[in-house]
Amino acid sequence: MNSLFQLIARHRVLASTIFLAIFPFIMPYEALAINILIFGLFAMGFNLLFGYMGLLSFGHAAFLGIGSYLTGIGIVHYGLPWGVAILAGVIGAAIGGLIMGFLAIRTRGIYFSMVTLALGQIVYYIFYKAESLTGGENGLRGVRVDPFNVLGVPVDFLNPMVKYYIILFFVVIAIWLISRILNSPLGAVMEAIRENEKRAAACGFDVAKTKLLVFVLSAGICGLAGSLRGLHLSIVPIDSLHYLQSGQAVMMSILGGMGTFFGPFVGAAVMLYLEDVVTTFTKHWMAVVGLVFMFFVLFFPKGIWGTILSKLQINQDSKS
Amino acid sequence: MTGLTFELLCMQLLTGIALGSIYALLALGLCLIFGMLNVVNFAHGAFFMVGAFLGVYFLGVTGNFWFSLVLTPLLTGCLGLLTERFLVRPLYGRGLDYPLLLTFGLSYVLIEVMRVTFGIEGLPSITPDGLGGSINVGIGYFPKYRLFLIGATALIILGVWFLIQKTRYGLIIKAGAADQEIVKVLGVDIAKVWLLVFGLGCAIAGLSGILASPTRSVNPEMGVPILAESFVVTVVGGMGSPVGAVVAGLLVGVVYSMTSLFFPDLAELSIFVLMAVVLLIRPQGLFGKAGAMG
Repeated sequence: MNSLFQLIARHRVLASTIFLAIFPFIMPYEALAINILIFGLFAMGFNLLFGYMGLLSFGHAAFLGIGSYLTGIGIVHYGLPWGVAILAGVIGAAIGGLIMGFLAIRTRGIYFSMVTLALGQIVYYIFYKAESLTGGENGLRGVRVDPFNVLGVPVDFLNPMVKYYIILFFVVIAIWLISRILNSPLGAVMEAIRENEKRAAACGFDVAKTKLLVFVLSAGICGLAGSLRGLHLSIVPIDSLHYLQSGQAVMMSILGGMGTFFGPFVGAAVMLYLEDVVTTFTKHWMAVVGLVFMFFVLFFPKGIWGTILSKLQINQDSKS
Repeated sequence: MTGLTFELLCMQLLTGIALGSIYALLALGLCLIFGMLNVVNFAHGAFFMVGAFLGVYFLGVTGNFWFSLVLTPLLTGCLGLLTERFLVRPLYGRGLDYPLLLTFGLSYVLIEVMRVTFGIEGLPSITPDGLGGSINVGIGYFPKYRLFLIGATALIILGVWFLIQKTRYGLIIKAGAADQEIVKVLGVDIAKVWLLVFGLGCAIAGLSGILASPTRSVNPEMGVPILAESFVVTVVGGMGSPVGAVVAGLLVGVVYSMTSLFFPDLAELSIFVLMAVVLLIRPQGLFGKAGAMG
């Protein structure tokens, strides 16, 4: 059992990929699976900053939104091919992250959360007011992906299963990238900053530069999630930019287990599945999600995945 | 820009001050709780919203604004006491993020509770009897209620200032914020002080809710944008500085109303731009101490 766990831990990208490849078959319907895939990526991108470096941003909806809108605007207004439009969304979100990060990393702790939330609202109002490009309150409609061929095989994006695997392709690339970042020296510096910022600085690491770099990477990954979401929904709702959406990333990370590789994904899956189940009984799912979240903050701060991991860890220690 | 006169400018300034008083009150409540407990109350906007709902509800039932003005902060204050005692208190010593996250979850729940109780459309806002209409302030006619709002806010702020600067309780609060260990050693039940300060902060949030209710639509989501705006005020004023909270609150209100006079489309953006500029020049805020942001 333990050796299996260690095998999974060593090949976490491969393990995640295999799990996600069979994931749509254990979900009640594909749209939910796609939603979880996208929000799982969003939460993982967010967790890079929060879980691994200890910076609690409440403005990450901005990057989800920028990714969605730039991809959508590229397709609807400029007729870009969808691959190029995704790239535009990711790069746009990363640039947004550079600007927001530059301002926000000047502050610390709780102040950082407040500043990111406020800066996220700026992005909200900019896209809200640019009605001719974004559709304002009604959102941007008509984000379509036309059927295309891969090596002569026709691919129809509207088929939910096909859509799932196309989106999975991009998600796996991002997961691989996240794993690479965490295994690199940069990943070690990130955790050093989380544990003790002053000591990390004393060890000679450029704390400000690392924070900014991780902020940009995190923003780009969340931007990719946004791009994919725009393609999935074929519209971009203005809600994408709302700070309650940023809060969702926070909740998913905590619920699954912040600072763990796969935790945010687990959190996204549990939360969206819960939302799906609860809405069949009552439209007040927010109260249920809020209560579950508070319960976890109070009693299981490590989250679902984090608690499972630490239980396994304890077993390992006692055996060795 | 036709018809721009000195009078119009003054009127807009007054409107900005009325708006700013609400911001100042909210930021003051946030600041009290943060200064003492080191907790950012993410549910502050939700307490504001609950205050507005309760205020309008009691006003509708009893027809007495003053009664409602007393009862509402008492109730939101009690809600605050319960929140501190049962939800926030277990999280002390677990880092700054956890109380913030918990109160964020609480805001979700409060929004839904109000939706269930009062419906998603919210309640029609009522201007209390005797405070409707306008009054000549020398340079033109200004809504009576907004003048009342400015006066009432000034009184509340003075009251809080008096409590902190001139009473024994204030002394304990200040001492507790500076060094809780010493205060504990001196035999003060610090847990009780924290409880009361949290309750007071929430009572002020509820009070600003009922005071603001005649000037805006009362719906379950009304606390959401105002939380972001109160954060802007807190960041501009400097975290943990009550003077900063009040000054920045008024400043943000005036900046908003002036921008909406000249560039209506940019009004919402203007206060965030103000924040960005302040951050670039003084990351600790106008009245914040350097290094007091950890």
